Amino acid sequence: MLRLRATATARQHWHGERDQATGPTRTCPSLEHSPLTEFWSLKSDRSMARVEETGGDREENKEEETSWWSPEAVEGGRVGEGPSRGSRGGRGGDGGRPDTPPPPPYSDQVLENVLENVLQFLVCRRDRNAASLVCRSWYRAEAQTRRELSVGNCYAVSPARVVRRFRCARALVLKGRPRFADFNLFPLGWGARFSPWLAAMATAYPWLERVCLKRMTVSDSDLAFLARSFPSFRDLTLICCDGFGTAGLAVIAVLCRNLRILDLIENDVEDEEEEVIDWISRFPETTTSLESLSFECVNCPVNFSALEALVARSPSLRRLRVNQNVSLGQLRRLMARAPHLTHLGTGSFRPGIAEDLNVADLEQAFVSSKSLICLSGFREVAPEHLPAILPVCANLVSLNLSYAVITAEQLKPVILKCNNLRTFWVLDTVGDEGLLAVAKACKNLHELRVFPFEATEDSEGSVSDVGLVAISNGCRKLQSILFFCQRMTNSAVVAMSKNCQDLVVFRLCIMGRHRPDHITREPMDEGFGAIVMNCKKLTRLAVSGLLTDKVFKYIATHGKSIRTLSVAFAGDSDLSLKYVLEGCHSLQKLEIRDSPFGDVGLLSGIHHYYNMRFLWMSSCMLTLSGCKEVAQKMPNLVVEVIGDRPKDLDSDTVEKLYLYRSLEGPRDDVPLFVNIL
Amino acid sequence: MASGLMLEETELRLGLPGGGAGELAEVAVIRSSGKRGFLETIDLKLKLQTPAESKESESTEQGNKATDPHEKPPAPKEQAVGWPPVRSFRKNILNVQQQSESKNKEEQSDKAAAAAAAAFVKVSMDGAPYLRKVDLKTYKSYQELSTALQKMFSSFATSGNYGSEQGVSVRDFMNGAGKVTALVINGSEYVTTYEDKDGDWMLVGDVPWEMFVDSCKRLRVMKGSEVVGLAPTAMEKRKNRG
Repeated sequence: MLRLRATATARQHWHGERDQATGPTRTCPSLEHSPLTEFWSLKSDRSMARVEETGGDREENKEEETSWWSPEAVEGGRVGEGPSRGSRGGRGGDGGRPDTPPPPPYSDQVLENVLENVLQFLVCRRDRNAASLVCRSWYRAEAQTRRELSVGNCYAVSPARVVRRFRCARALVLKGRPRFADFNLFPLGWGARFSPWLAAMATAYPWLERVCLKRMTVSDSDLAFLARSFPSFRDLTLICCDGFGTAGLAVIAVLCRNLRILDLIENDVEDEEEEVIDWISRFPETTTSLESLSFECVNCPVNFSALEALVARSPSLRRLRVNQNVSLGQLRRLMARAPHLTHLGTGSFRPGIAEDLNVADLEQAFVSSKSLICLSGFREVAPEHLPAILPVCANLVSLNLSYAVITAEQLKPVILKCNNLRTFWVLDTVGDEGLLAVAKACKNLHELRVFPFEATEDSEGSVSDVGLVAISNGCRKLQSILFFCQRMTNSAVVAMSKNCQDLVVFRLCIMGRHRPDHITREPMDEGFGAIVMNCKKLTRLAVSGLLTDKVFKYIATHGKSIRTLSVAFAGDSDLSLKYVLEGCHSLQKLEIRDSPFGDVGLLSGIHHYYNMRFLWMSSCMLTLSGCKEVAQKMPNLVVEVIGDRPKDLDSDTVEKLYLYRSLEGPRDDVPLFVNIL
Repeated sequence: MASGLMLEETELRLGLPGGGAGELAEVAVIRSSGKRGFLETIDLKLKLQTPAESKESESTEQGNKATDPHEKPPAPKEQAVGWPPVRSFRKNILNVQQQSESKNKEEQSDKAAAAAAAAFVKVSMDGAPYLRKVDLKTYKSYQELSTALQKMFSSFATSGNYGSEQGVSVRDFMNGAGKVTALVINGSEYVTTYEDKDGDWMLVGDVPWEMFVDSCKRLRVMKGSEVVGLAPTAMEKRKNRG
């Protein structure tokens, strides 16, 4: 049960403000802050009340209040935080204000208008969150002027609540399932449907222009409804979503006359074979306003002449990423139609049957595309064709070769010319030698991802600690790395921690489970320890290999800025989880699998779970009673136990736990295999 | 270490595929493609095969499960679900490349490339509120498919019946057309049927496995009592066509 308490200082503040008769000058109120800042609600007597959990540790909250309220926090300057302590699952908290209160006195109204005009320049979400907490009129003004809504967990807040608070949104960013859903750890049909959000927005935001969804389920009828509901609709971005097919895309093409962006990225686009629709030909015959069209994940045949015609009548098109059913010859024709492209997804990069292309012709196409800065695709590239991109290499900022099965020798001539590269994705088939070439050539590299060609535990693996060290020596500005390998050493990771001090994201995946340092045979504790010690800007970390409780002690002690932590097959005991939950003050997303953590570890996070977006634990050692205890102690937490069979939900062991803070309580679309405690 | 049964097959090499390439690639497909490889899940509590049919799959499972608990680090042969954390489309696409490369050496055919791709089909069960999808390429036989379906749908069949252990089993029964493999869930018989390329609904189990994988578009698990009136079996179809 929730208890509403008007704290003494809050009441004083409000009465003080209302008694004030004159003048625009007012002192900034001292704000009552608790970790639950999104739970602000207005009681009927119009004093700000703080919602707190029963039996919560108020002492701790008080401490945080006083230490939090500082000038830098207001400016949103603190690393990874605003007063809302980092990214939130939605900006709700409007629960106690059912009707619009009567208009404030005249001076307040003027000030609010001024405020609105000023606040509209605030774009950053965290700045806006900060502004909304200053006082009631700032809250209102901010709510009126927020144009882009960002909801990190679609179940943390309801569409109705969002729509009630923010009246003038033009754009929505919405995320559903957590990342582990990408790896078959979430059963199909778990949830995160777009429909309820769409229904609410159709009435509330008729001028909606942009929607970006990540890991949501979007149906064809959703897409149709979207296309019909928003006449100004311009930008649709779907990332890792599912539930739709070419039928939905066809309606978007037909009805969204102002479409500028249609980006379909890594979605699971399903079609019955008989039902594949030629959606490309459904775009209107007139000149389009398309700026970006990405459909690499839509794996069905493409009506090429329709595509070519579409590109020809889209003068604003700058980003085009086609699927692997576009051949090299067809790509060349597209490039001729769109010489001003900046981003190109090249499709198969293989000549079609009966296409006779020589590299010289192809190279000419790239010579003419002087604006290209980003290349991807290469889904079936024949290595001998790769050098055709040489003319643009010097200008490339981003290159994605992560589907290109090429060797180091085949990579070298290309990469050695890519001196301005900031982002590089590649397959491990290029080996340590290929990485050496990258290190030599790409001094400005900020992001590197090395994917495994054979994504199994016992594959050979062609990259190792050698490659990692080479990269760390050559690419000193590295900020983000994702590295899959089979062999690694602590000293290589330590070297990277010292050479690349700008690291913000460090994700190392040693594919063999529990694999130690392959030279010393020791656990990988020291390597990851060095990363958290030396890389002060680190906000995202994924660990792997043989790891003991020690590494988690390091992470807890030094990883104060870490917001996302991924753990798999690691740790010895509950201590690990305890360390992390007690030490990582910025932690927002914690995903754990197959690690020996039980109820004791779980319960040690009770003071922190309201600060987090979610916790995922699967194949650990949790029991139902432990999870129930968490659910009882934290009423604003939704604790989901997920099983493959309903029978599992009755047993005492919990196979999958997903918990997240929410203003709405248990969701109403729970499938049979989920039990909300 | 695990029994010698699976060692050669798990030795996946990176070099250009040689003679045994097709086999290796096939193993790779079975291991790492597919959205829901139930056989890959570690929890194999369900032992529901009849003794005769279970011999083949049991030996496979034993090979997979022969883990020496004292060994450190442990190296179980079976892959954990969702590990390494690479998205399935990435695994699928690479397998397509592998196979198309190796097939290029032997027979140049588009059919090979198409066959290499994963074969996802929707599976519906009467009375179950959700559809599931399976990748037929991850199974080598009807038995494996059966096992997977049992696991998937026992959750629905046993809902409301948690206490009882009636469970799921596979039984053969004689149908007018011959032997048919039927899923028996909680005492009532469910029969697995599939829709083929022609749009006809056929009983699962008549044709050789590979032919079935190629022609199956959709699966449906229906109550045995509703099986009357299905299209003639594939055998009869072929006979009729002459």
